[in-house]
Amino acid sequence: MKKEEVPHDKKIIHGEDNSLVKVLYVTDQQGKYETTQYEGWEAENLAMSQAWDDIDERIAQTREKVIRGEVSPIAYFMEKNLMDLPTLASYVGSWKFFVKKHLTPSGFKKLNASKLKKYAAIFNIPVEELTHFKG
Amino acid sequence: MKIENFQHKQSAHCESGVTLGLLQHYGIKLSEPLIFGIGAGYFFGHLPFIKVSGVPGTTFRIWPGYIFKRVCKELGVKMKVESFSGKEKGMRALDAALKAGLPVGMQTSVFYLSYFPPAYRFHFNGHNLIAYGKEGDDYLISDPVMETVTRLSAADLEKARFAKGFPAPNGRMYYPVLTKPDFDLPNAIRRGIKKTCWFMLSSPPPFFGIHGIRFLGRKIKKYPEKLEPRRAALFVGNIIRMQEEIGTGGGGFRFLYAAFLQEAAQHLNAPALLEASNEMTRIGDAWRNFAFAAARVMKDRSGNLASYDELGELLIQLGDREKQFFTHLKTLV
Repeated sequence: MKKEEVPHDKKIIHGEDNSLVKVLYVTDQQGKYETTQYEGWEAENLAMSQAWDDIDERIAQTREKVIRGEVSPIAYFMEKNLMDLPTLASYVGSWKFFVKKHLTPSGFKKLNASKLKKYAAIFNIPVEELTHFKG
Repeated sequence: MKIENFQHKQSAHCESGVTLGLLQHYGIKLSEPLIFGIGAGYFFGHLPFIKVSGVPGTTFRIWPGYIFKRVCKELGVKMKVESFSGKEKGMRALDAALKAGLPVGMQTSVFYLSYFPPAYRFHFNGHNLIAYGKEGDDYLISDPVMETVTRLSAADLEKARFAKGFPAPNGRMYYPVLTKPDFDLPNAIRRGIKKTCWFMLSSPPPFFGIHGIRFLGRKIKKYPEKLEPRRAALFVGNIIRMQEEIGTGGGGFRFLYAAFLQEAAQHLNAPALLEASNEMTRIGDAWRNFAFAAARVMKDRSGNLASYDELGELLIQLGDREKQFFTHLKTLV
């Protein structure tokens, strides 16, 4: 890529500037390589905002499901913290099988205080946000 | 405390950048392209069965840690590499090394690095950075993808170093303990090129190297039949992100490699490598065109069969072109 062709498209995600000044390797007039900085490119910005749209939608859907009593608040905070089941299980230090149970309202009800505390610590929230879900 | 003579240098990629930063501190001054080339960082892989949030994985580089390890070996640098089972122990070891005046490289999770823009902070556990001091409760950080040096609270750094998931960093830290002033740079360059030719041409099909590029091309053609438009768009979007967003120097490391070949031509006194560098630049441009076309298809979201077919065709051509390129490059060294 030639230096004069470098795009400068700011990365706007969630209505905020998420640009990161990065290094690109480009050629000068004589075809010699040098580095230059850029903040983003339309193509990659679009790919990133699409990925976030998908995440945001999943979080919103899970929130609705918690309110309808289909899944537990842990399922919501798992999505909100961008985790999947294997990642959450490794933070809990337990088998996926058990963590999966805690994603259901019935499994969630059986959790004792220390387990709830553990989940709250992983999600960096007070325990009340799990026990009294407000979304 | 602060290691006064440590110099921050912004790089395209975190692993080559950290290697550059650590070696530079001990007087080994190599450019990022040279490190990337000697470390044989150039690669391609598409693994449809390894999924991150339901999207198949694509990579334009060799597995994490390889560049670093290879460069150290080629240049005769001895590194001390440590992992820890306990967080306190891991943080104490870091403090001790810093106190001894050693800049320390570390493996971290991007999710806890508060200096990144929020939209970048995913659970990616393979990010490398350097600590070069500590002031109060803050560590002084030289993150090679950042424009300037930055800071990180001890609590955040601890979380980042002991993140869970795959691959778990387990507090992994490393620093040079012995460097040799007299290494054979031309030979290291030649061996790096040979290794990359081997990775690209002789990796087992269908997932890796030039086979992988063509394999992904064939897969993309089938996206509209196999996936709903939304998923297909997400799959394609992920390729663009791996190619451009994560710090590749543009075109999925292809421009970085072209820069390497240009430097290599000088060190090896081999003008034929200059011509190879020019062709690699054109290949990088073709990857940028692919990303541009992919973004258009993604935006359209109609799941148009013809457009996915075109994207697949672009990749199959790129695979053929890289095959030709590396078959020729192999004969030059």
